[in-house]
Amino acid sequence: MTRVPTIALFFFTWLAVFGQTQFPVLTNLLATPVTVLPALMVYAALTHGIVTVAVLAFGAGVGADSLSANPLGISILPLFAVGFVLQLRQHLILRDQIYAQLWLGLAAGITIPGLTLGMLYLDSQQPITGPFLLGQVFLTGILNALLCPALFAFFDALRRTFDYQPMTEGSFRPDREIKRGRI
Amino acid sequence: MLKRLHYWVLGFVLALTLVLLNLPPTAAGRLKTAIASLFIPLFGLAGSAQSFVDRASYAAFTRSTLIRELERIGGENQQLRIIQAQGQAALEENVRLRALLGWQPSPRWKLRAAHVVGREPTTWWRNITLDYGLLDGAQIGQPVLTSAGLVGRIRAAGPMHCSVALIGDPECGVSVVISETRDQGIIQEAHSAPVGDGLITLKTLQHSPAILAGQTVTTSGLGGVFPAGIPVGHIVDTRAADGGLYTEARVRLSANLNRLEEVWVLTQNP
Repeated sequence: MTRVPTIALFFFTWLAVFGQTQFPVLTNLLATPVTVLPALMVYAALTHGIVTVAVLAFGAGVGADSLSANPLGISILPLFAVGFVLQLRQHLILRDQIYAQLWLGLAAGITIPGLTLGMLYLDSQQPITGPFLLGQVFLTGILNALLCPALFAFFDALRRTFDYQPMTEGSFRPDREIKRGRI
Repeated sequence: MLKRLHYWVLGFVLALTLVLLNLPPTAAGRLKTAIASLFIPLFGLAGSAQSFVDRASYAAFTRSTLIRELERIGGENQQLRIIQAQGQAALEENVRLRALLGWQPSPRWKLRAAHVVGREPTTWWRNITLDYGLLDGAQIGQPVLTSAGLVGRIRAAGPMHCSVALIGDPECGVSVVISETRDQGIIQEAHSAPVGDGLITLKTLQHSPAILAGQTVTTSGLGGVFPAGIPVGHIVDTRAADGGLYTEARVRLSANLNRLEEVWVLTQNP
């Protein structure tokens, strides 16, 4: 297996972290910032090893915190917790099924902001909360549910493109070759 | 069953997170700035793309539209020059009178323009990023506003960018006064709401029946962070709080925090 899909995953994460701070029109339209990090974590956890999951959680976490008013490092554990649990159960999850991808995207999209808020309270921060926040978190879950299958399709296509192709075997076998001599 | 590698990775991530969360604020701030600098190429790219789109949209304006706009701006400029001359005369008079009374001279402020290059990626803070950093003279606490009214204050500054806590963020408390009644209050953190819905709660107002919807709220100048007289918004409605001891008022902000593109940073003249 080549390293290209993994490098592409990290590159896409870098773009996604930056992308969260852009697109004001979309943010205003949806009344909540758009984040794809939960869906990316689901993909990484179901297709890569635990080291990749940890690197992704650390990189995406500190990157997102550095562009936000969050304390540095607060987003790492929520991302890693979701990735860790999914990675442990990787062999039990039907990751190729769109249905599973949708539900996992929804669950991750709700769990990660929820855990981050919990971490903020544990760190004695005072985030702006209220009834509307529940709706915003749920909307983030729905967005990630929709994005998750799209990410799986995109990265699987990338993997197919860059992976070594299996060697095709012909029907010719030297031991079965009929050698005709002079009659 | 957890594999040995999983244990190692889990322990490593936990330890790293604990170290990061327990860094002293100055070190954490510097590290944040250093990590944010990894995104500078993308900020540059987004800025170039935006200016390209803007330039492309200029081509859509007709010559007559541009001439009309130029005439309008010319007329407005003349009016503003007259108002500025009157203001300058009043300012000089104010300086003379302060000197006669032996009062401290009031600080002079100047404006620096900045572009909004990023928005807060979470729903629980109110924050924007400007292309105005330490190299341009950014300092923590400097007020940020638009021609419509107050926007917030600089929360943290890096070499090329700074982060601004908007009104309603827990880090941007503003002492304000109602222009018509001179009642003073404090704008503190907002409740969660759709991003930039433009409403904020004004707390700890003394209970007064004279506070009515439509009245103007401006900065009071108390605390020394924001100069007095910057428009903040208008009162939408009021209600009694703490058993009638205080009044709370909902204020619609003058500046549309949803549509910020260019802002002004107030810097103090030495």
